[in-house]
Amino acid sequence: MKEFRYERPTDADAAVALLTDAPAATYLGGGTNLVDLMKLGVAAPDLVVDVSRLPFEEIEETDGGGLRVGAAVRNSTLAARRMVRERYPIVSEALLSGASAQLRNAATIGGNLLQRTRCLYFQDVGKPCNKRQPGSGCPAREGVHRDLAILGASEHCVATHPSDLAVALVALDAMVHLVSASGPRSLPLTELHRLPGDEPQRDTVLRHGELITAVELPPPVPEARSAYRKARDRASYSFALASVAAVLQVRGGLVHHVRIAFGALAAKPWRARVAEEALLGQPATAEAFEEAVDRELAAARPLRDNGYKVPLARRLAVSVLTDLAAPEAGEPR
Amino acid sequence: MTTTQPLLGAPTARLEAREKVTGAARYATDHPTDRTAYAWPVPATVVRGEITSIDTTAALADPAVLAVLTHQNAPRLHETDDPNLAVLQSPHVAHRGQFVALAVATSLESARAAAEAIRVTYRTEPHDVVLTPDHPGLYKPDEVNAGLPTDREHGDFDTAYANAPVRIDAVYETPALHNHPLEPHAATALWDGDDLTVYDSNQDSSGVQRTLAQLFGLANGKVHVVNEHVGGGFGAKGTARPPVVLAAMAARTVRRPVKLALPRNQLAAVTGYRAPTIQRIRIGADPEGHIEALAHEAITQSSTITEFVEQAAAPSRTMYNAPHSRSTHRVAQLDVPTPSWMRAPGECPGMFALESAMDELALACGVDPIELRTRNEPAVEPDSGLPFSSRHLVECLREGACRFGWHDRDARIGGRREGRLLIGSGVAASTFPALVMPSQAEAHAAADGSYEVRVSASDIGTGARTVLTQIAADTLGVPLDSVRVRVGSSDLPPASVAGGSSGTASWGWPVHKACTELRQRLAERGYAVPEQGITVAADIAQDIDEREDLARHAFGAQFAEVQVDPATGETRVRRLLGVFAAGRILNSRTARSQFIGGMTMGLGMALLEGSTMDPAFGDYAERDLAAYHVAACADVPEIDVHWIEEEDPHLNPMGSKGIGEIGIVGTAAAIANAVHHATGVRVRALPIHPDVLVARLADQPGPP
Amino acid sequence: MGAMTAVTLDINGERFSRELDNRTTLLDLLREHAHLSGAKKGCDHGQCGACTVLLDGHRVNSCLLLAVAMDGTEITTIEGLAEGDTLHPLQQAFVDHDAFQCGFCTPGQICSAVGAIAEARAGWPSAVTAEDAPEGPVELTVPEVRERMSGNLCRCGAYVNIVSAVREVAR
Repeated sequence: MKEFRYERPTDADAAVALLTDAPAATYLGGGTNLVDLMKLGVAAPDLVVDVSRLPFEEIEETDGGGLRVGAAVRNSTLAARRMVRERYPIVSEALLSGASAQLRNAATIGGNLLQRTRCLYFQDVGKPCNKRQPGSGCPAREGVHRDLAILGASEHCVATHPSDLAVALVALDAMVHLVSASGPRSLPLTELHRLPGDEPQRDTVLRHGELITAVELPPPVPEARSAYRKARDRASYSFALASVAAVLQVRGGLVHHVRIAFGALAAKPWRARVAEEALLGQPATAEAFEEAVDRELAAARPLRDNGYKVPLARRLAVSVLTDLAAPEAGEPR
Repeated sequence: MTTTQPLLGAPTARLEAREKVTGAARYATDHPTDRTAYAWPVPATVVRGEITSIDTTAALADPAVLAVLTHQNAPRLHETDDPNLAVLQSPHVAHRGQFVALAVATSLESARAAAEAIRVTYRTEPHDVVLTPDHPGLYKPDEVNAGLPTDREHGDFDTAYANAPVRIDAVYETPALHNHPLEPHAATALWDGDDLTVYDSNQDSSGVQRTLAQLFGLANGKVHVVNEHVGGGFGAKGTARPPVVLAAMAARTVRRPVKLALPRNQLAAVTGYRAPTIQRIRIGADPEGHIEALAHEAITQSSTITEFVEQAAAPSRTMYNAPHSRSTHRVAQLDVPTPSWMRAPGECPGMFALESAMDELALACGVDPIELRTRNEPAVEPDSGLPFSSRHLVECLREGACRFGWHDRDARIGGRREGRLLIGSGVAASTFPALVMPSQAEAHAAADGSYEVRVSASDIGTGARTVLTQIAADTLGVPLDSVRVRVGSSDLPPASVAGGSSGTASWGWPVHKACTELRQRLAERGYAVPEQGITVAADIAQDIDEREDLARHAFGAQFAEVQVDPATGETRVRRLLGVFAAGRILNSRTARSQFIGGMTMGLGMALLEGSTMDPAFGDYAERDLAAYHVAACADVPEIDVHWIEEEDPHLNPMGSKGIGEIGIVGTAAAIANAVHHATGVRVRALPIHPDVLVARLADQPGPP
Repeated sequence: MGAMTAVTLDINGERFSRELDNRTTLLDLLREHAHLSGAKKGCDHGQCGACTVLLDGHRVNSCLLLAVAMDGTEITTIEGLAEGDTLHPLQQAFVDHDAFQCGFCTPGQICSAVGAIAEARAGWPSAVTAEDAPEGPVELTVPEVRERMSGNLCRCGAYVNIVSAVREVAR
């Protein structure tokens, strides 16, 4: 771990100012990923600006009936909040399916969204990795890639985004609120993360020094049901092989509103817009779900050892949607 | 002096329990030292080649950095029979991850940063790291692990197999597996003149003492190895490992106590692992399942540094009657890390193959798997022809079947569903040899009526300290609390490794012998103890030699019930049952824990664990505990353990067989057999990850 | 030596004040500076739970927290649980249920269990809590304890006994 200076500003403007002219500086939230990467030599900031105690710790209802979650809220706090469990249960489910209680007690919501990939090559400074060291190559394509991307990857990078929470938030049409030296702005969460293309080093569209201050959820879709389901090797405390978050509203047997998001398939939480479009107005049947999800996954370009993710994601999504469409048959959500 | 409670077999709580639950128990890097320096190793980033230069300028720029050791300046070591310990002695790199430098600093933070700042350049050579069944480098070693013969042949396997009405021919694979004890290999080293003291995390303080003495050219008595508490080992700490050697070298160089705790992601390359195996099993049987011909042919790998051959085919020499049999081992020495012992070497991977094949045979013959094993029960050990000292496999299977409800199950494949889940059950046998190794002990009676027993045993969590105290007190005929057993230091009478499930037998025997003689001497003196006390020493080397030739093994039966989610391919174990026949159980509490612990590790082997060789980089890809999945609490169901009361007078004075390893033997096969019962998918290559099932369950009907 | 910062925190009820290298983690502060070696370094990356301590009453992995960021906090380690010679009920339960073998993960397991029980009493759900569970404390059933204790790996495989020990105290 390289030496660094440490600052703990008391307001966002001061935090942003500290990063403005410091290209190798970084924000510190809960530290559960950043400190890990600093120990590995993957992250080597010369200045660490601790934003974990900034006044972004509120979870509050918005005027429009949505929910605003401060970026410094701990994962466990959000997951436990009664209002979240009642109105946005998949947020709680996704959070609780990730990491361990200890990590959730430390990790912040803002930091969760900015986690870096768990690709083994990215984490090993003794090996090439385009995300860590642009232009050095991507050994994962030919190497060990069982848990890596099947969607949206490029020849330069096949990393996946590890967050569970982000998958649920994307299915809920969440917004992120940001602040930087040029002022505040907001983005749909679907636009925060980016696919690798030929710049895999850039995980998100954030500019240097831009700080997440909050995540905002729109009001819940009335009469919609939702679920988050995650497949993994270990029964707990492990990253997803694939996960799906879905929100479904059926009226008169037809799909009236649907959101589907996949986790662990791409460098970003993957909104299945092709499948959503195909389903809108269609009968809420297993056949329709299968067909729609297949259309989405037609874009999959699996590598040698991660082709299983295609049937896995397909069956996860179809089983979740089928359960949501037929409350009495599956696990009620 | 009599006690009312029988001490042997009692569920005595661990004597060091209080220290362990209060954080007071001191492990290798927990001992306070003054002027402590910290060492951080630098692993090679090439697979094979030679160091051409090392630039330490940036590392040494930090005034907190005391030294950077490399092959150019490190203290010279004497040769030992383990070339893996010749650290920083040559520019040659034999595998990725081998140590090429060591940073030593007055703080942990500076040591780590210095290690990162060292720039090593290499001349690389082409490498060969992938084991394949037809690897051109495969050869027949002179012997395999534990000194067992490489090949054995009885009768005419080829003819008998060709003529058998029922034939099974299948290849089973087990991946490389890493021990990953929760305490990484670690040591604190201090020199006092020519005396070296190391607090080291190992399973054999006497052995590590001898090795360090050899390496540093010292008399054994000059080296003091303390391993009072050891955070697990499972074989990986059975011999000295590079970290303790590096710590001692660094401490000598910087003239300060040095602490070195191996970073977790460096373990996989330098502390041993269970070598991957490719095992072909062929069984020829009659339609009723009587085995006529059995061949078990194992392929495995070692490094170019040392030949270590996992004896995977060995259990087929003990398990079942087979008039015509063959068991062979072939090994290829690759540019990979050196494999070594991991809990039940040989038996663990070998019995996955054999017991899976037995399940396949049972199905092929239409015979219940328990009945099939019963029909093939041998009268004597098939390979050696020796009588068994005791063998109660069939009793274990029958007792287990009863407790598990085996005979109530629907034997049809894929016949049971609960909601979306497929449910199945499976059985497998377990075995492990009952070993004993030469050891010494002393028993001392003090004038105040207390007793001290000394033996350089290693309690790696097995409960050795406790069970040896029970043995001593029982033999002396005194209450438990009047005996203090000292273990965990090479300054005590030399004893053998905590390995091969041999600890209790090997240490308990000399303890029993010394205490028996002490009791006799005390009786002769009318229990009058002189001021200086009375000490009796015992050595069992000759007693072991004088034992009659018998086949000594523990046996067991394992039952598993699993659920498989056909949508995701996720398998979870719903219950496990183990029934064992392992001689006399000396502490029912710690024994139960050990059996459960072995089965838990077996569950991990079945469903989770596996290290993937990266062909391009020559290392195991999963090097931390996020990537290498050991079972977590949520993976582990209720585990039920029972044992058969087994009286065996041919073992040792306590009548015990080792129990540390048999728990992991057969678990993976029982689970894989249960997965087959649930789904109809036979997984012959571990682990049973969702990948495997999700692909092969593709044609199954979807969720109801 | 790297850049230093003065840090003051409360450890087991005692004030601890020190100028520390910014790179020092809370775990290394405890082990190397405060000489509290109960918290263990199993992986140093938040992947095993052996370093678990309580931070302002909540269980955390001390290996992933920078000590400088802990200024003004209250830390409880395994050394701070017993009341004199009287073991904390969880410590006693771990002894009674033989909930460990090598003991290396044990301090982390016990601190984690203290946190887990507090979380359940506060009504915090886990991944296996029913969505329609009533408000108020969550009953620590076997599946609840298994899930909630999954952030603490035990390579000896003492989980079965750990679950019994935690349930006994949670009741």
